[in-house]
Amino acid sequence: MRSVPPRARLLIVCAAFGAVGCVLPTFSQPTPWTAVVLLATLYAGCEQAVRCRFAGESAPQRLGAFFPVLLAGVFLLPPGAAGLIALPGALLAPVERRPAGPRRLWRAAQLSMACWAGATVYRALGGCTLLGAGAPAQPHFPHALLPAGAAALTFCLTLAALDGGILATAERVPLRTAWRDQLLRSLVPIAAHGLAGLMMAVLWRSPYGPVAALLVLLPMYISCWGFAQYHRERAAHQATIRALVQAVDIKDEYTRGHSERVGRAAELIARELGMPDERVEVLRFAGILHDVGKLGVPTRLLRKDGRLTPEERRVIELHPEYGHEMVRGIGFLGEARSAILHHHERLDGSGYPYGLVGRQIPEFARVVAVADAFDAMTSTRCYQRARPVEDAVAELKRCAGQQFDPRMVRALVRALDRHSWYPAVTADQPHRPHRPQDSGRNVPPSQRPSPRESATTDSATADSATSECPTSDNAAASDSAVRPSRPGAVR
Amino acid sequence: MSRRTPTAATLVCAAAGSLTAWALAWTLWHGIDQRGTALAFGLLIAVGELARWGSGGGGEREPAPLGAAGALAYALLGQHAGAPTTHGVLQVIAVVVAATLAGSVPHLARGRGPGLDHIARRVLTVGFAAVCFQPLYNAGKVGELVGYGPYYALWIVGVLVLTALCDAVLAAALARGGRRSLRYGPLLRDELRALLGVASAVCATGAVIALAVAVVGLWALPVFCLPLLLTQFAFRRYAAVRTTYRQTITSLARATEVAGYTPPGHARRVAALSRAVGRELGLTESDLMILEYAALMHDIGQLSLLDPVPAGATAALPTAEQRRIALLGGAVVRQTGVPAHVAVIVERQADPYREQPLTARIVRAVNAYDEMARAQGPGGPLAALERLRLATGHDYQPEVVESLARVLARPA
Repeated sequence: MRSVPPRARLLIVCAAFGAVGCVLPTFSQPTPWTAVVLLATLYAGCEQAVRCRFAGESAPQRLGAFFPVLLAGVFLLPPGAAGLIALPGALLAPVERRPAGPRRLWRAAQLSMACWAGATVYRALGGCTLLGAGAPAQPHFPHALLPAGAAALTFCLTLAALDGGILATAERVPLRTAWRDQLLRSLVPIAAHGLAGLMMAVLWRSPYGPVAALLVLLPMYISCWGFAQYHRERAAHQATIRALVQAVDIKDEYTRGHSERVGRAAELIARELGMPDERVEVLRFAGILHDVGKLGVPTRLLRKDGRLTPEERRVIELHPEYGHEMVRGIGFLGEARSAILHHHERLDGSGYPYGLVGRQIPEFARVVAVADAFDAMTSTRCYQRARPVEDAVAELKRCAGQQFDPRMVRALVRALDRHSWYPAVTADQPHRPHRPQDSGRNVPPSQRPSPRESATTDSATADSATSECPTSDNAAASDSAVRPSRPGAVR
Repeated sequence: MSRRTPTAATLVCAAAGSLTAWALAWTLWHGIDQRGTALAFGLLIAVGELARWGSGGGGEREPAPLGAAGALAYALLGQHAGAPTTHGVLQVIAVVVAATLAGSVPHLARGRGPGLDHIARRVLTVGFAAVCFQPLYNAGKVGELVGYGPYYALWIVGVLVLTALCDAVLAAALARGGRRSLRYGPLLRDELRALLGVASAVCATGAVIALAVAVVGLWALPVFCLPLLLTQFAFRRYAAVRTTYRQTITSLARATEVAGYTPPGHARRVAALSRAVGRELGLTESDLMILEYAALMHDIGQLSLLDPVPAGATAALPTAEQRRIALLGGAVVRQTGVPAHVAVIVERQADPYREQPLTARIVRAVNAYDEMARAQGPGGPLAALERLRLATGHDYQPEVVESLARVLARPA
């Protein structure tokens, strides 16, 4: 309990006393003990069974796969007894994160109080007579739905309020956000659990008895597993990005840090442009993956120091098409795919691979182009040293309208005013299994101011008017005469 | 081959077809008992079918769980709000078929309707459940034997367990289809294992709906099925997750080809051949999937090479280098979120076969075969097999090489 902040500790103790206060009257009142013991054992057994797996993954605990048992208790038992059935299960349940003791105590107290509150509301609305109290038990539908809905809502509100409280005290989340998040997240699942709990209670009271009620649990377990898929989908997307980044990484270790930073810069620009969250996410993916086509470029060429021959440059200029070829089958990348194909296009039409002009270039590609050039200038590479952020911004402004979309440049400048920029942003993955971080290459600009002498390879081999603009890879010249055909045909 | 002798699949479809025709004709002639109940259940099945997520082919076990549960519940419906029902087996089949087809119309219009074997399976399964339940119930025997208390619920569960077994047998027969090469045993084992997942939930849902309607009446349908309908939409996310994995793997498999490390189509050929060999060796469906994923990505580690190996023939490299490549490849595979077994197969590529799991042995032998067969021109396949056989002392497992030879000897 030592790692728990004092205020959270106080809250836990108060909740525990509250729960005991709710439960105590049970022992002095007439209570259907058989039902209490059965339901409590059932809930405890279910909480243990969470460990076994379905379809390869275990069900998520936080979604409360077995709330239907508790809610059935809420509909069947007096308030104090309803509070009692949550206790053994919650106290014995496996805990994912430490400290286990306070977490168990908190969970038990919280569920107990929520059950008590739900059952109190249910009784107050006269729900007990509606489930069928007579000898041939005949439940009254749809009238039974009203008190049941109110009780489930109370249960949900109590849980959300307590959860928000503990998040605010223990993890210092702002109280309002904590409450809103908890409530929004749990409302739909608990509505579903409420209906299932009602069905359980009805069957429990019916001539078929508790055996029939047990059957409700299996579909509800699957249902929870289904809800968990919403979270897994995002994880699957992240996994895809990580795998592709790592594939590029084992080929060319420089690219990784650069990719992450371009992703971050693209995200900043997207937020500044007021894009909705989903598009921001896709744009971040586009930034991270923009150079995935480097996989198709021979490693020798990627690692070559010094000047490239025109032939070699043409090979490197194939990388957007290689990248597009690789990711075009990945559905969730959406617009990011065209950004990968077109991130070397220039507004004046002198870019590659297709020489698109102005608005022909997809919006995402224009964003990624700015982010890419910005990071290329502010980080150190084998052929150049890092330049300060101000220099890079000045350079971007100079080339806006000619190479870059001025709107994107302005957005980046605004974003940089508001957020600090660390050229060596860390990767998504904290550790890398086989290679140390190549942090030595990305030096913060304040330490190494290096003005004009850090000209790119391209300025050295300049052969056209536009080539003085910053470029993001060591071969981004404007050989617009040579347009490669299809990437697949090259090899 | 399947043109002359009727296979199990065609027999199943023919049986389902004639049963359906008989049931529809009988129901049209005699009219429908208890129309309200029939309509409500028909609606439930149709809605469940509307919200289906996929065609029922491929890896998806039960694309329309709610529809299947509703059909089973109607087959096992004995009472309605306390009053006994009178519908018979043929009416059950007629209602289920009509509702399933009605719910499939929008899907059929978009060309993604349920397959014929899916409908045939549902007809026979529901028919089986109804035959086990309705005649006994309508004759009053159930009341005498088990009463209408807890034993009645248990009896319904028992009928459902039998039905699930019957469904597994049918599904395995249909999966085998016309392909004599597939063994029935592993297919049945797959289907039985799948019973523990979605199928058990479908059966439990069917039982709950049947019992709840018996107590509450038709109000039980919306109360209980609304949450399940939400679940069915959530299942689409599951399908989306699977799709993302697949697309990522395909894309990574293409990476080595785009980079020029492996010849075009190598990964896909190795995957298809590995799958065939795995099936020949009697692996289960989940093992086959892992095998296929690993085969598609087995060359990823080559991206770390400064210069591509000629024709991607890694089998000729020194062992230490092969191991290094395998380990780097495994590190990439671990990021993709596919089961860890896949990464293990990729990592253990270069080990001697005695230290490898069976799946890794298959990928190693098939990979070496594909590389050698291409390298040696027209007589390549035979020469490659010969070289594999010569290396069975250390590198390749003899059984795997022999079953590879059997697979290759089959007419394409």
